[in-house]
Amino acid sequence: MAVFLELLVNGISVGAVYALIALGFVVIFKATEVVNFTHASLLLAGGYAIAWLHPLIGFWAAVAAGIAAAALVGALVEFLILRRAHVGSRGVLAIVTIGVDILLTTELTRRIGTEVLALGDPWGDRVLRIGPVTVAETRVVALAVAAALIVAFLLAFKFTGWGVAMRATAEDAETAALMGVRLGRVSLSAWAVAGALAAVAAMFLCVFPTPGLDRGTAAAAMKAFPAAILGGLDSTTGALAGGLIVGVTETLMSGYQSELAFLGRGIGDAAPFLVMIVILLLRPSGLFGTKEPARV
Amino acid sequence: MSGEAGPGIGGPETVGPGTAAPGTVDPGIAAPGTVDQRSEGLDIRGLEVRYGPVRALRGVHLAVPRGAVAAVLGANGAGKTTLLRAVSGTLRFHRGAITSGTVAFGGSRLDGVPAAAVVRRGVVQVPEGRRVFARMTVAENLRAGALSVPGRRAAAARERVLELFPVLAERAHQRAGLLSGGEQQMLAIGRALMAGPSLLLLDEPTLGLAPLMAARIADTVRQINAQGTSVLLVEQNAAMALALAERAYVLEVGEVTLSGPAADLAASDEVRRRYLGVGVPETDRPVGTDPGPAHERPERTRLARWTA
Ligand SMILES: Nc1ncnc2c1ncn2[C@@H]1O[C@H](COP(=O)(O)OP(=O)(O)OP(=O)(O)O)[C@@H](O)[C@H]1O
Ligand SMILES: [Mg+2]
Repeated sequence: MAVFLELLVNGISVGAVYALIALGFVVIFKATEVVNFTHASLLLAGGYAIAWLHPLIGFWAAVAAGIAAAALVGALVEFLILRRAHVGSRGVLAIVTIGVDILLTTELTRRIGTEVLALGDPWGDRVLRIGPVTVAETRVVALAVAAALIVAFLLAFKFTGWGVAMRATAEDAETAALMGVRLGRVSLSAWAVAGALAAVAAMFLCVFPTPGLDRGTAAAAMKAFPAAILGGLDSTTGALAGGLIVGVTETLMSGYQSELAFLGRGIGDAAPFLVMIVILLLRPSGLFGTKEPARV
Repeated sequence: MSGEAGPGIGGPETVGPGTAAPGTVDPGIAAPGTVDQRSEGLDIRGLEVRYGPVRALRGVHLAVPRGAVAAVLGANGAGKTTLLRAVSGTLRFHRGAITSGTVAFGGSRLDGVPAAAVVRRGVVQVPEGRRVFARMTVAENLRAGALSVPGRRAAAARERVLELFPVLAERAHQRAGLLSGGEQQMLAIGRALMAGPSLLLLDEPTLGLAPLMAARIADTVRQINAQGTSVLLVEQNAAMALALAERAYVLEVGEVTLSGPAADLAASDEVRRRYLGVGVPETDRPVGTDPGPAHERPERTRLARWTA
């Protein structure tokens, strides 16, 4: 039972981090209808900035700088590439983002090399004991921060002018423009917000029990894709649910790996994608979505 | 062409002496000072719009003086919506572009100005088919309409809108998609008013509404205009449009074929027959008023179904 609870808490915590990534992914899709495959490299950029800067300016300042850097990279990708790519089809734009992702990831992994870069976080490998359950402090912080960010984001989405502009654009871009919404700004801000959320996620993906940032971090970020897609590409609620489902499934599958040996090793890594496929077979537009990914 | 229309303004055929009111000279709003007022209000000259190879408007001249209501009549596919898109800067959403001519408002050019900036110049369009944000509440829709103005002005505009449409206050927290067609039209107009426009562009506001609701919308347009907002009204309901407007234009296959004071147009045989569905039978159509090559617009209908 304790094992199950521990796995569950860890799963929810990891899931909350995935939800941050998925949320950015969904925000970009809502604002621009582009499936953004650059997301993993935005995350890597944020993580790399933190790893590179923390010896110079300390952890917290490095985190702030990393968030700003990832937001900037996101905004630049939008401004310099997507805004100028006058291609008719969203499918082509999605492929453009794959190209940008490959460029960015190649450059970043070249810089990272074969090293594992520590982020210099203050939590180290400390654990919290709550009754029979033992959880890493990093996981608890990740859960708290992710939850706070998600709540802040949803409130902003619901109540601020930015959120109203965003939702109006998502529903009907032309009519939003008739309301005076500057679509370029909406799109730019979506990419920046997505970058910022990805950088926070990067930080939590690279601290204990993970040894640090390495070239595999982008692969970990890829798990947010099934999270976003199974929740429904255009649904913020879906991003949260999807993140949690992926996090918990992955953690439980890995935790009970020995019992599930008949499924083969590494089932934890494959599980998110299996869950995504099953859910999409049952509900083509995802759990909470209204648009099918096939549309793009 | 009557003298008051001014040089280079008005369609190829302006209703005036002879057509409608023999002996009178184009009374209506084309009064002295019109030309000056035009440079104040909306002024469209020689407008040509294309969607790729499709030429949707050719050489359109049209003016809405400050404070006036002007109506544009025309069959399906005549280019009415295209005309409004050219003013509001939304052609680019339909891969269309202005290929020649100018659109000016308040003395400065609007052509080439992005949609969001047109709104900030005081010109706001209510799109065809209402297009309320269905997944947002009524209150949020109104808020969206005010995104281009500072908070204080938005609050004042909101008060004015809710006074005009009390039903929107009752339904404030309901999803806009659940409103009736008439309520959605009121929301669409209210949402546009939130930006405090000096010129309102209305695209078929009574389409699909029951006569009573259409009459209410017409009353509202009159009220909005009385409060100082100019209106460019696109309508297939010619009777209503001609009753509201001071000046009217008939658009056919992308060209203004008739224009003049609304009262004169309402009295002209051609308009009565083709847009008001009264008078001379169809077969007696005089030569020279052919509606254009039918093969170009198969879904073209007589407007006779809109009986006054
Ligand atoms: N996006 C587009 N691409 C190509 N052609 C278009 C496009 N939109 C409109 N057209 C064409 O331009 C012409 C004018 O269309 P428009 O929608 O302006 O007419 P309308 O007078 O508003 O008609 P309705 O009364 O049916 O709304 C039509 O021939 C139409 O087929
Ligand atoms: Mg139309």
